[in-house]
Amino acid sequence: MAGASVPLGLLLLGGGRAESPRDALREELLLSPLPSGDLAATFQFRTRWDSELQREGVSHYGLFPKALGQLISKYSVRELHLSLTQGFWRTRSWGQPYLQAPAGAELWVWFQNSVTDVDKAWKDLSNILSGIFCASLNFIDSTNTVTPTASFKPLGLANVTNHHLLIYAVLPREVVCTENLTPWKKLLPCGSKAGLAVLLKAERLFYSSYHSQAVHIRPICRDASCLSISWELRQTLTVVLDIFSIGQGKKDWSLFKMFSRTLTEACPLASESKVYVDISSKDQENELLEVIPPPLSTHEAAVQGERKTYAVYDLLNPALFNVSRSLNVQLKWKRPQDGSHLSMPVLHAQRYVSGYGLQTGEISTLIYNSHLYRAFPILLLETVPWYLRLYVHTLTIITKGKENKPSYIHFQPAQDRRRPHLLEMLIQLPANSVTKITIQFERALLKWTEYTPDPNHGFYVSPSVLSALVPSVLAMKAVDAEQSPLFTSLFPSSDGTSYFVRLYTEPLLVNLPTPDFSMPYNVICLTCTVVAVCYGSFYNLLTRTFHVEEPSRGHLAKRLANIIRKLRGVPLL
Amino acid sequence: MATDETERARGKRAALSFAAVTVLVGLPLWWKTTETYRASLPYSQIAELDTLQFQLMVPISVVFAKGTLPGELQQKLPFRETWEKQTHLQAKTSVTARYETAYRSATSREEQTLAMASVQEADAALLSAQGSALGSLAVYVIPESSPLLPQGMGMYIGKHRSAVVRGPRSPKEVLAAVKARVQQVAEVMSFTAESIAGALPDHIPTDQPGAEWRRPFKSSLGYEITFSLLNPDPKAHDVHWDIEGAVSHYVQPMLDTLGPVANFSVDSQILYYAALGVTPRFDSPTSSFILSAHSLPHVINPVEARLGSSAASLYPVLNFLLYVPERSHSPLYIQDKDGAAVPTNAFHSPRWGGIMVYNVDSVAANKTLLPVRVDVDMVRVMEVFLTQLRLLFGISPVLLPGDTERENPGDAGLADWELDRLLWARTIENVATVSSTLTSLAQLLDKISNIVIKDDVASEVYLAVASAQTAMRELASGHLGLAFHASKEAATSSERAFFDPSLLHLLYFPDDQKFAIYIPLFLPMAVPILLSLAKILHEARQQHKKEPIKTD
Repeated sequence: MAGASVPLGLLLLGGGRAESPRDALREELLLSPLPSGDLAATFQFRTRWDSELQREGVSHYGLFPKALGQLISKYSVRELHLSLTQGFWRTRSWGQPYLQAPAGAELWVWFQNSVTDVDKAWKDLSNILSGIFCASLNFIDSTNTVTPTASFKPLGLANVTNHHLLIYAVLPREVVCTENLTPWKKLLPCGSKAGLAVLLKAERLFYSSYHSQAVHIRPICRDASCLSISWELRQTLTVVLDIFSIGQGKKDWSLFKMFSRTLTEACPLASESKVYVDISSKDQENELLEVIPPPLSTHEAAVQGERKTYAVYDLLNPALFNVSRSLNVQLKWKRPQDGSHLSMPVLHAQRYVSGYGLQTGEISTLIYNSHLYRAFPILLLETVPWYLRLYVHTLTIITKGKENKPSYIHFQPAQDRRRPHLLEMLIQLPANSVTKITIQFERALLKWTEYTPDPNHGFYVSPSVLSALVPSVLAMKAVDAEQSPLFTSLFPSSDGTSYFVRLYTEPLLVNLPTPDFSMPYNVICLTCTVVAVCYGSFYNLLTRTFHVEEPSRGHLAKRLANIIRKLRGVPLL
Repeated sequence: MATDETERARGKRAALSFAAVTVLVGLPLWWKTTETYRASLPYSQIAELDTLQFQLMVPISVVFAKGTLPGELQQKLPFRETWEKQTHLQAKTSVTARYETAYRSATSREEQTLAMASVQEADAALLSAQGSALGSLAVYVIPESSPLLPQGMGMYIGKHRSAVVRGPRSPKEVLAAVKARVQQVAEVMSFTAESIAGALPDHIPTDQPGAEWRRPFKSSLGYEITFSLLNPDPKAHDVHWDIEGAVSHYVQPMLDTLGPVANFSVDSQILYYAALGVTPRFDSPTSSFILSAHSLPHVINPVEARLGSSAASLYPVLNFLLYVPERSHSPLYIQDKDGAAVPTNAFHSPRWGGIMVYNVDSVAANKTLLPVRVDVDMVRVMEVFLTQLRLLFGISPVLLPGDTERENPGDAGLADWELDRLLWARTIENVATVSSTLTSLAQLLDKISNIVIKDDVASEVYLAVASAQTAMRELASGHLGLAFHASKEAATSSERAFFDPSLLHLLYFPDDQKFAIYIPLFLPMAVPILLSLAKILHEARQQHKKEPIKTD
């Protein structure tokens, strides 16, 4: 009963606020215990700005950060998605992520139709973003930038189909740390002073198995009639905390234990401020866990093909702070979890590099479809740097021992030092199957200045991207994505029978033939020595004076020779 | 013996030819292949620029209305007069101001205009009649008895580029009196020695410590103006400001007038939870909070971290902050050094911007539920910010002679001659900046011989020098607009040359590494050549010693 009333309330709230404020901020925190015993905390801050960014000459910013607003209007950006991630989301043991990001930095941008020189705009944009977020995005250049044709669709309002306006780049080497978090927090209207953001303490967030922070900017409909657009900035942050190590072997957790802070108030600027706790249990008859304080309401939703129950704490509801001044959500397991029911996610993938020696190798990708009776297609995007020369004729896709022919292939070969390989394929995955994709490559020799400072560490190959509409076991209601809480994610689901998933595989680390870097000097020395020796004898030959020596007795050598000759009985000299 | 001798001569010739080939072919080849490319630069012209000898010419036309000149002088009109005033600012730097005055009698239209009822109308009509070039001045001399100026007022300075001067009582020394007046007018409406010295801060040693505080923003091609509303307590105050309206009403007209000086872009933002860096002191008698003058420098730094740099351009940012103090710290007043409250409750920081504290009426706040809606009175705020904006640009209020009145510039916020004053100062500042940029570039290139000077860098330097020379020339011939334009171009090119990334591709070859690479080749090659040369020399000397004995 309570579950049904919450969405209604949400809708009413949304309807009432539609015309009055120009800007709106909504903050959400989702805490979900993972099957492995870890805990995922996802923060999402949505700032909405009712303004036609590109049209106005003088710009006035309220909740929307000025730095990003200026960027969008100057470079005519339609959509911008930037994520900075440390660690890797383990889909097999953690389940399907709400919003996964590849390890390192990922940036993809859709430009407006009016942009003529996309490459120039992209270069400037990535440099400025690198300054704003203190990240090494300035290392994005043509050698790691691609233009995918099918994998990345605009997530917001868009009628563009010209994929040349899309640019995508991944920097798998990027290390994410506190200096990237601080500017990200600065973009929040309340900073880290009030609301859910007080939990964002760097020393706790980076003491985690997975940390991903992202910024998504997209245009959305201002209202139902969609006559004018608004801009939406979503700042999301996902951390996976290892509860075992924090809680000394216990799986019970509380906000204070995880973040060493509790919540006392909502951000005063927010129109919505909620904490969701995933309390859905696999077997309905006996409840496994207990949340304290008891939630005032719960919310049920079908998320990524599963029915989930969430305990909802609305920080704007004064009743929440009646009992105590601060909210410290706690979760206790009633009996030890057996951990046996690790359910396999419907779609997951795995990638590795194989082969021996430093000349050739093979990239293998395994894609699992564990749906029992439904086949579905996936889009696979591979970006491989130019110094791994792919042999396309060796591309094999094998499912259940048979060759699987992709229905769409887009391959753009690399150009040395100019652009990477781009391979996009649409592959049909039969039900309950494993598909193995292999492709062989040859390692190129780099120029000696092109090696990184630690060349023996290896070179990263960015993760491949899998995009799929996964058929759902449950029938899902089509919901208004704008008003629904964060677990409906950014991606619009087309209908009730399937949901969109984007997965990233592991980044690869490949060793390239690495020279001895003192070699140039050795070569110089050797060459010089050879030249000097040749030159010296030549010089001697040409400048020395030769004259015939008169034979004379008394030389030691001659006397020795004569002694030997005497012994042998040969005439003396 | 003869074959021996020929053999020895052959060896000697071979050694000599080796040495010759090494010197004639090897050395130039080595030099050519290892040299860094350095395009030639106009060093002498840069050094010439660095002396900064400005000649400024102000064209002034003095118009005599009927009845101001005695008959014989009236006959002489029109005639010209030039006088100069030289100011030495430093050993090298000097400014020569040349006032080229053209005296003429008023035309019939001007007579009509000057006979108008109010001087304001006359001022407007004179502009439309005459039209004026940047930097030029017009002085109208009216009879002593004219009702155009009110009683007791000797001089009136208009909105545009003209002044009306009352003629002296006795017509005898009329020219001398008029000349003195014209000098006053020129000092007010174009430049003084001080305003020029203010534009050359790097070239003039400033003695007084207060001078630092009056320094205007450095000349730049553009400026970003950012208005920020700081609301450190959004739980108590729901602050709204109509910044869009205020910008279009008050700021934009002034920026339009300043358009020839630079490009401007305006934006605004609201920052929450942005607190000042200092805790204000509670003053119990007035039950208010006080920020004293000496703590003001600490206010800016913590706030600045939140302001955010401008992502989209490289122009300097002018920040104007409106600070609504927290409920627990209001009302908040700024106290000056003497302990008196500053009436505007605002202060400015040179070359950075201004901060104004806006107190919320706390009595009204107590009654209602939090948060209190606050609507900012933009007229009050913009008055302060515009004054600060003028200060930051160095449009300082001018000292007027006693019996003088100046016209209120009205909507534009800036009189034409104030723009001229700014342009004079900015042109000189630009040229000075160009000369110091180029001089330091030349010194740098001179000191580090490994820097590559590409052709495009060199062409930028040539362009900068040429533009700076044009600017100087135009200043000397009184074309302020052209001079400013040229100085701006010179500044752009010199900056572009100085910050060209190709200069940073400095070929880093330390000497020890150079020797390490060269020695394996050069030592084995050079030693035999040098040894045989020494031997030949030695033999030749001995031959030389022997020969004189023989001839004896």
